Amino acid sequence: MDWTLFVTQMLNGLQLGVLLFLLASGLTLIFGVMDFVNLAHGSLYMVGAYFCASLTDFTGSFVLAVLLALPLTALVGLAVEFIVIRRLYARDHLDHVLATFGLILCFDTAVQFLWGPEGMAIALPAVLDGQVEILPEIVFPTFRLLIIAVGLVVALGLYVVVTRTRAGMLIRAGASNRTMVAALGIDIQRLFALVFAAGSAMAGLAGMMIAPITEASIGMGNEIIIIAFVVIIIGGIGSIKGAFVAAVLVGLIDTMGRSFLDTLLKVVVSDQNAETAAPALSAMLIYILMAAILAFQPQGLFPPKGR
Amino acid sequence: MAPALLTVENLNKSFGGIAATDHVDLIVEAGEIHAVIGPNGAGKTTLVAQLSGELRPDGGEIKFVGQNITPLAAHARAHLGIARTFQITNLMLDMTVRDNVALAVQAYAGHSFRFWADARCEERLVEPAMAALARVGLADRAGSIARAMSHGEHRQLEIAIALATEPRLLLLDEPMAGMGVEEAQSMVAFLDGLKGEKTMLLVEHDMDAVFALADRITVLVHGKVIASGAPDEIRGDAAVRRAYLGDEGPLSNEESG
Amino acid sequence: MDRITAFSPRGWSMTVALSLLALLPIYVAVTGQTFYLDLASRLMILGMAAVSLNLILGNGGMISFGHAAYLGIGAYCVGIPAYYGIYDGLIQIPLAVACSALFALVTGAICLRTKGVYFIMITMAFTQMVFYGFVSMEEFGGDDGLVIDLRSQFAGLLDIEGATGLYYFILISLLAVLFLVYRITRSRFGMVIEGARANERRMQAIGYDTYRYRLVCYVIAGAICGYAGALLGNFTHFISPEMMDWTASGELIFMVVLGGTGTLFGPVLGAAAFVLLEEWLSTITIYWQFLFGALLIAVVLFWRGGINGFVDWAADQIPGRIITRTRDWIRRAPWRQRS
Repeated sequence: MDWTLFVTQMLNGLQLGVLLFLLASGLTLIFGVMDFVNLAHGSLYMVGAYFCASLTDFTGSFVLAVLLALPLTALVGLAVEFIVIRRLYARDHLDHVLATFGLILCFDTAVQFLWGPEGMAIALPAVLDGQVEILPEIVFPTFRLLIIAVGLVVALGLYVVVTRTRAGMLIRAGASNRTMVAALGIDIQRLFALVFAAGSAMAGLAGMMIAPITEASIGMGNEIIIIAFVVIIIGGIGSIKGAFVAAVLVGLIDTMGRSFLDTLLKVVVSDQNAETAAPALSAMLIYILMAAILAFQPQGLFPPKGR
Repeated sequence: MAPALLTVENLNKSFGGIAATDHVDLIVEAGEIHAVIGPNGAGKTTLVAQLSGELRPDGGEIKFVGQNITPLAAHARAHLGIARTFQITNLMLDMTVRDNVALAVQAYAGHSFRFWADARCEERLVEPAMAALARVGLADRAGSIARAMSHGEHRQLEIAIALATEPRLLLLDEPMAGMGVEEAQSMVAFLDGLKGEKTMLLVEHDMDAVFALADRITVLVHGKVIASGAPDEIRGDAAVRRAYLGDEGPLSNEESG
Repeated sequence: MDRITAFSPRGWSMTVALSLLALLPIYVAVTGQTFYLDLASRLMILGMAAVSLNLILGNGGMISFGHAAYLGIGAYCVGIPAYYGIYDGLIQIPLAVACSALFALVTGAICLRTKGVYFIMITMAFTQMVFYGFVSMEEFGGDDGLVIDLRSQFAGLLDIEGATGLYYFILISLLAVLFLVYRITRSRFGMVIEGARANERRMQAIGYDTYRYRLVCYVIAGAICGYAGALLGNFTHFISPEMMDWTASGELIFMVVLGGTGTLFGPVLGAAAFVLLEEWLSTITIYWQFLFGALLIAVVLFWRGGINGFVDWAADQIPGRIITRTRDWIRRAPWRQRS
C-alpha cells in the first residue's frame, strides 16, 4: 500500500469526520435537549454555505464572510424555531419528521428562488488555497487542514461549554431530565431556542467549510444529513462525545473504504470481482458498520443515561 | 414435597450503586395471598418488575414451580402463567375494553399468526373475554374505548386482563392505587373472592387491605427483607415497627385496636 | 379501523370513486387524454405503497422512513431481469416480492431492536444504503438508471404492454392489496399489531413476543410495497436509484398522514391528494415545492385527522335520517376500535 496515499486519505477521512461532527453535534444536542428530530438540519448547512458564498462575493474576504454568516445562520435557525419548531416540541416524532421534511422543501425552493438554480463557488484567499508539506513527501491542501483545525477547536469549545458553564449544565440536565430543569424555574423556551440556534450555527459552519471545496448547491445538505444521522445513531443519540467518536470513525471508514477496499478485496477474491464489488460495498460500508454496531448496542456506543 | 409456586433466592438489583433489591428471598405457596409491603422506595415495584421479567436482576434466581425462569423474557413468563397488573394504569387506551381483554385471551388460545379470519368474530376469544369482564363488573362497558373510562374502571380492567390470561400467579402491583374508599373496598372484596382460586403476590400501600387479605406478609425496607410471616407476627415485629416509624406509622391503629 | 359498509356514506363514496376509476379508460379512449390514465396509474401504484406503509406506520406504530427502498427493489427486480432478456412477469413479480420480503426481514431484524427516533433514522439509513448500492452498480446504469424496453409478460394470459391493460392490472392489484390489508388488520395478527402499537409493554406482559409479530408485519408491508415497485418499474419503463431516494420515503409518509393514519382507504386518498396537488401546484409556479412544503407543515400543525378525518367530518354534515342512523349505528358498534 502506498504510504503517502494512506496518510493523505487518513487526513481526508479526519476532515470528513470533523465536518460530520459539526453537523451531528447540533443534531444530537437538539435531540438530547428537546427530544426533537430535525430533518431540516441539513438545510441550515446549505443556508450557511450560501450566506458565506454571497458574503465572500460582497466583502471579498472569505474569513470575514464566515464571521458574518455564522450569526446570520443562527438567526435563520432562531426564526425557524420560532415559527415552526416550537409548536412541535409537544408532538410525537412522526410530526417532527413530517414538518421538518416540509421545511426542507421550503428551504430548497427558497434558496433556488433567491440564489438561482446554479451552484455558487467560493473563492479562497491565496493563503488558504495552496498546499503544505506536512511530512516529508506528503503534501496536503492547506484549507482541508484548516477544516480539521476548525472542527477540533469547535469540538473542544463545545466540550468546555457543556462541561464547564451554567448553560452547559442546563443542557446536560435537560438531556437527562427535562422536567427537573423545568422545575428549577429555568426559562425552558429560551434554552431551547438557544440550543437550536447554536446547532444551526454549527451546521452552517460545516456548510461554509465545505462550500469552497464543493461549492454551495441546492439540496447539498440532504445527502450528508443522512450520514450525520448514521453518526448520531452510532454514537448514541444525545451524546456529544458519542457524536465526536462516531463522526471521526465514520469519516475515516468511509474515506478509507473508498480508497483501499478494492485493494483489500483483491487479496480474497479475483481482481475483476473486486473491482465490481468494491464501489458498491464501499458505498454501503458505513451503513453496514451502523447495522453491526446496533446489532450489539441498540442504543449506540454511548447511550445517554436516564433515557 | 411439591415445590412452592414461586421461589426467589438471593435476588439482587442495583441502580448506580444503590441497591433496589438486596439479597431478597421470598416464597409464595400455591393458593395463598402473599403481600409485600414497605415504605416508599423500598423496592417493591422493582421487585415486581424482576418477577414479571421486565427487569433483569443482577444476581440471584427466580423459580416458578421449580423451574428457573430468571433468564426468561416477560412474554415467556406470561406463558408459564405469571400475570401482572401495573401500579400505573397500563392499558391499550386506544382500543375498546373488550379488545383489551380479548387480546389477553388470544395470547393463550392458539397462536396469533393468523392473518385472515376476523378476530372480533371468534367466539373462542370473545366469550372468555366477556366472562372476564363480567367477573370484574365491566361487562356493560365492553364497547367503550378504554381511554374514556374512569380511573377505578381502569383498575378493574387491569385485573380483567390479568385474569383473562388464566394465570397461576397474579402479581398485583398496588391494585388499589389512587382509588377512593368505596372503590378500594369493593376491590378488596373482589380479591377476597379470588382467594383460594388464584395465588397472588400483592404489593400494596393500603395496610387495611393488606391485613384483611394476606395470608403472609413480607416487609421490604431499602431493598432488604426485614421480616416475613403471618399478619399477626408482622404486626408484633419490632423491626417492622421501627422501619415504619416516621412513615406515618401505618401500623399504629392496628395496635391500638 | 372502521368497517366499511355498503350503506355508510364512506361506503358510498368509495363505490362511486371505484366506478369512476373503472370507467376512466373509456373516458380517455373517447377524449384521447391519455394523461389522465397515466396520472391515475401512478396514483394507484403510490396508493398501494402508501397502504403498505400504513400497515406498519398507522397500524403498527413503526415510523419507517425508508419505505421507498421497496419501491426501488421491486422495480429493479423487473428491470434487471429485463436487462438480461427475461421478461416473464411470473418470474419478475415473485422475485420482486421475495427480494423485498428478504430485505425487510434482514433490515427489520436489526431495525426493530431499536425504538423511537433510532428506528426512524436506521430505516432511513438502510434505504440510503440500497440507494448508494444501486448508484455504484455501473452495470445497471448507476446514477442514470436503466430503461426497461418491454413490460412484464404473462405467457399471453395478460397483456400489460398497453396503457389500458396496465391500468386495469394496477386497479385490480390495488383492490386486492386493500382487501388483503383489510383482512390482516382485522385478524388475530392485526389485533396483536394494533395492541403492540397501543401499548407494547402491556402486550409483553400479557405474553406476546411483540418483536416477532412486528417483524412479520414489517416483512408483509415490505413485500406489498415491493409488488407496487414492480408495477412502478413496469409503468415508468424505467428504473433508477432516485425511486428510493429518502425524499421518496418522506413523500410516502406524507401520503399516509395526509390521508389519515391507521385507516384503510386513507393512504389511497392521501396518495391521490399528493399526486393531484403536485400536478396542480407545478402548473402554478416553478417554485411549487415551497407551497408543497408549507402545506405539509400546515397539515402537521393544524390538520392531523387527515383526509379521512375530513371525510368523517363531511359525512357528519350530510342530512337525512337514514344516513345519520347508519352512522350512529356504526359509531356504537362494538367492533369499532378507533373513532
